[in-house]
Amino acid sequence: MKPRTRSRRNFLKASLAATLLPMPALAQNQPRVIVVGGGFAGATCARTLKRLVPVARVTLVEANSTFTACPFSNGVVTGLRDLRAQQFVYEALDRQGLSLAFLPATKIEPQARTVTLSDGTLLPYDRLVLAPGIDFRWGSPAGYDEAASARMPHAWKAGEQTLLLRRQLEAMEDGGLVAISAPPNPMRCPTGVYERASLIAHYLKTRKPRSKLIILDAKDSFPKQRLFQAAWQQLYPGLLEWVPLSNDGKVISVEPATNTLVTDFARHEAAVANVIPPQKAGVIAQAAGVADRTGWCPIDPATFESPLQRNIHVIGDAAISGAMAKSAFAANAQGKGCAAAIALMLAGETPGPGKLINTCYSLVAPDYGISIAGVYQVVNGQYVDVEGAGGTSLSDAPQETRAAEAKYAAAWFRTITAEVFG
Amino acid sequence: MIRKVTLPFGHWSLITGHWFAAACLFGHVVTAAAAPVVSPPGAASCTGCHAANAKIETGVPRIAGRNPAEIVAAMEAFRSGQKPATVMDRIAKGFSDAEIRAIAEWFGAEH
Repeated sequence: MKPRTRSRRNFLKASLAATLLPMPALAQNQPRVIVVGGGFAGATCARTLKRLVPVARVTLVEANSTFTACPFSNGVVTGLRDLRAQQFVYEALDRQGLSLAFLPATKIEPQARTVTLSDGTLLPYDRLVLAPGIDFRWGSPAGYDEAASARMPHAWKAGEQTLLLRRQLEAMEDGGLVAISAPPNPMRCPTGVYERASLIAHYLKTRKPRSKLIILDAKDSFPKQRLFQAAWQQLYPGLLEWVPLSNDGKVISVEPATNTLVTDFARHEAAVANVIPPQKAGVIAQAAGVADRTGWCPIDPATFESPLQRNIHVIGDAAISGAMAKSAFAANAQGKGCAAAIALMLAGETPGPGKLINTCYSLVAPDYGISIAGVYQVVNGQYVDVEGAGGTSLSDAPQETRAAEAKYAAAWFRTITAEVFG
Repeated sequence: MIRKVTLPFGHWSLITGHWFAAACLFGHVVTAAAAPVVSPPGAASCTGCHAANAKIETGVPRIAGRNPAEIVAAMEAFRSGQKPATVMDRIAKGFSDAEIRAIAEWFGAEH
């Protein structure tokens, strides 16, 4: 095991105290909150809660001591950015007084209110926040499992997969076919597929202009579609083709040995195959019993508490949050909302529903940004769009607006990562 | 005694003192800092783009510490379409006068 510094000490102090002190005193005086998952939702929630309730003992459980962010990782895939620009550590959380446990959580017992870590450590909680992100439904498309992803990367969790897809694009000869298989909803970052396609098309246009890109899609529509398609026609005519579900777009199976994607009526043998598989809430959510038959986690929108397990809250991509897309912006906003709700609940209050915003930028070229925004309120127990608000960038916006939105996209990434990790 | 302000905009906006009061009742020593102060509806989302930390380089105007009247005026102008914008016109339309005022006061108080 790698040596651990202050984080480890905080963590040990936390578990030691938990063993020695009587539980009722702890629960009353120093409520114990565990957050599992240190991404945009979980890290935000843990930090916000500690600020709101300084006496709370907040423990963040996260398998990796370095976080690799997905937003902007399409820039890494296409050689515009270094992977290091995506990576963040948890030092600021440690300094803030959070306990950090860099181990996977393997078991959750809602009745006993404990989280078990992979080394057997048992952590008791008063409230638990699950922010596990997504996991893949391996085996869908048929033949696509973890081994296949080493040949046909998904690159939908940033890190080594992102670099693998980049290396494959760099190694591809001019004239090759790049194929992207896009899954049905719900999925993490639904517009990310089309941003990726755009930036790969930009890479091909500038570096390997005889190549072609095809998106095989299990959907018939996608957010910002008109803006994307207009930009593709303008910037990448004849280079990028989108094949919707109704035009035989759904990939049924894959053959990794030949890099082939199979649909109902066609076989596409690609030089580079990026298979983004169907998704579900992170596996620990299933283990905790907070995921329903859809594979995702229902929540009470006022508190993000699971209706399936008391004292467990779910935020970020894993949660069913109505009209809100599964984005980093949404995850961060939910993290703050959940922290506020827990602070009130610990104080004996009943939180009412809040209001949330989501803003998602996409780059269709390095200096060409478009956005979609939404404002959400709770109606009939679910987040729905506030009517008349939100929507996409204008379709007739001038080039200066597109350039400004590309700059705002970059500013957003700096801002949100500073708020969560800085 | 810790319950200083109660904003009429939903429970996330309450400044709570129950826990503190309960702790006093049972004789535990808890500092006044323990009373959670949470933001009015919508406000928590703003800092996703409007950096709370002044050191962040961004073309997005800071709203923390800004005069609430300025924030209200800007939001009203975004909402009516008077003030050109990339996204704020779309976002401002999602908030009522009372909600905008509460958010403006929250950020005006240096949050």
